[in-house]
Amino acid sequence: MSLTTLLQHALTGISLGGAYALIAIGYSMVYGILLLINFAHADIFMMAGYFMIFSIAVMPWPIAILVVLLGTVLLGVGIEKAAYKPLRSAPRMSIMISAIGVSYFLQNFATYLFSALPQAYPAIPLLKRPITIGALHSSLVTFLTPILTLVIVILLMLLLKKTKIGMAMRAVAKDYDTSKLMGIKIDRIITITFVIGSFLAAVGSILYFTDRMSVTPFSGTLPGLKCFVAAVIGGIGSVPGAVIGGFLIGIVETFMVAFGYSTYSDAFTFLLLILILLFRPTGLMGESLTEKV
Amino acid sequence: MKRYVSLLLVLVLLAAVIAGCAPQDNATDGGDTATEGAGDAVEGGDSDKVVKIGIFQPVTGENGGGGFQEVLGSRYANQLHPTVEINGEEYKVELVEVDNKSDKTEAVAAANNLVSNQVSIVIGSYGSGVSIAAGPTYEEAKIPAIAPSATNPQVTQGNEYYFRVCFLDPFQGEVMANYAIQGGAQKAAVITQLGDDYSSGLGNFFRNSFAELGGEIVAEEQFQTNQTDFKAILTNIKAAEPDVIFAPSSIATAPLLLQQARELGIEAQFLAGDTWENQTIITNAGEAAEGVALSTFFDEGDTSNPAAAEFVEGYKEFINGNDEYLTKNGGDGVAAVSALGYDAYMVALEAIKAANSTDGEAIKDALKGVSYAGVTGSITFDENGDAEKDMAYIKTIKDGAFVFDKTVKTD
Repeated sequence: MSLTTLLQHALTGISLGGAYALIAIGYSMVYGILLLINFAHADIFMMAGYFMIFSIAVMPWPIAILVVLLGTVLLGVGIEKAAYKPLRSAPRMSIMISAIGVSYFLQNFATYLFSALPQAYPAIPLLKRPITIGALHSSLVTFLTPILTLVIVILLMLLLKKTKIGMAMRAVAKDYDTSKLMGIKIDRIITITFVIGSFLAAVGSILYFTDRMSVTPFSGTLPGLKCFVAAVIGGIGSVPGAVIGGFLIGIVETFMVAFGYSTYSDAFTFLLLILILLFRPTGLMGESLTEKV
Repeated sequence: MKRYVSLLLVLVLLAAVIAGCAPQDNATDGGDTATEGAGDAVEGGDSDKVVKIGIFQPVTGENGGGGFQEVLGSRYANQLHPTVEINGEEYKVELVEVDNKSDKTEAVAAANNLVSNQVSIVIGSYGSGVSIAAGPTYEEAKIPAIAPSATNPQVTQGNEYYFRVCFLDPFQGEVMANYAIQGGAQKAAVITQLGDDYSSGLGNFFRNSFAELGGEIVAEEQFQTNQTDFKAILTNIKAAEPDVIFAPSSIATAPLLLQQARELGIEAQFLAGDTWENQTIITNAGEAAEGVALSTFFDEGDTSNPAAAEFVEGYKEFINGNDEYLTKNGGDGVAAVSALGYDAYMVALEAIKAANSTDGEAIKDALKGVSYAGVTGSITFDENGDAEKDMAYIKTIKDGAFVFDKTVKTD
């Protein structure tokens, strides 16, 4: 394989990894705070794709992007208020089942509204501009994705480490009940978590679908599953972990297909999940579980 | 309070179940729901004499676009010819439609649905994979089936009850390989879909024909169903520098392949089989679709067949008269598969007339002897149940539309 081809593959992998990273963060953050695996996250990502298709038909693309971001955030927060908040004191199983229910609801609702036939995702002129760097051809969005991902993650880490809200979020993730006792407004923190998670899913969906150009109601399923795996591999609850997991899965998947093992690329991702759970369940960046005697 | 809410929920759920099971005409139920739907429902206004034709097609899933076009062809035929004479009595022809969702497992369930609806003959499906999957079901129930556009040989091979009105993939692969070589191509890359009988089969036939004609296959890549990212595969193909790329994929995948290839800077011509003859590919791929060449069964511009011209005129009116049809068909262009859906219905009627019965076995025997001048050419069946078709149309995409290029006949 020539160097150019290798670099081209690497670019594809990093770009895919970036999109996966953004979505994985959503899973990680919600789990960290609520101990809930938000199965509906993948479908929020898918709905964001549809929002874009319909927004761009009626308004210029910069405004459409804003509408999509806002719409996805509203959707995410709405789901939290309707499906997760009432179950906060219920056993953890109930809220997880609720998440699965929301996931199926969104998929079937999208099928009802938009039909199961693939819809073309609009090409945003700026993002689709072909760029050639040396011998590497791609569109702007492929180059932009990893950079944007890193910028967003850095901003997110700053938010978490340096602001009061960030500290509150970390506190709730560390100990839910004590934080409540300390006077932290739990509802607000959870809402903010979902706002951030959905915002990232929306950005991820714009970057992902612009490169992949078609949306079906089931487009979120496989990426969602892979991003969940990415979050677990990186250490669920940890934002840098999710990012590392996302890039890892994206690059590995691309190279497996590049070397001709496309049949096994998905299987490999899930094999990785099993291995991590067996040997390092807290993930690469998670803290090792100390056994308290 | 909680008790009333729960009670209300139970009532809502019950209402939903009852509403879902209510009869609808032209029910497009999947195979898993009860058969109370289409079966007992439309018995025809005044006459009791009904013969049922099953429409076995994907209207959802990755082949939903093409499947629906075939359904439209059959529906139009049903509109023009809603009755058939059996033993001197007029029978109303009722279409029982099921959706196989482009999935082989669903296909078997949908086929079983048709069998329990007691259809006399089945038309379908678009997609060789689902047709092959459902074949044994029809064989066991002794119901003949006519595939309008399924081109893989296995659909009819070894199954006495499956017929088809189109040409086969070995022929189609040879046609496209010839076209490529005659166009000056020496190196070709082949992209096929893993697990799809049509795609893998046709890819193989093309590969063998191209090699036999002296060409070199420089790259062979595969992708998974519902995959949307082909950058890795296309990068490998780009490195192999082919003159043409043969990619018999579904309608859903085509625009993605085209756009992503152009983005990577691949300039080779794309060739494909009959599945790419669909307006949505041009709509979705835009400029990237220019120069694509494909083989197909019918060309609406072909004026040599008066029956075809009449069909095209009437069919366009049919499509234009319904907004849903117009959107889902992607305009009022006549898709080859719609013409085949029409021909399949007409052939079915011929067989029913010749058999003078609604019994599947009798119709199957009658089918073997049917000779019909269809809009896609003359249709007679060989001992395998394949139509003896020897002509293919090659179309290219130019300036955002399908343009007839030439016809190819076997000697």
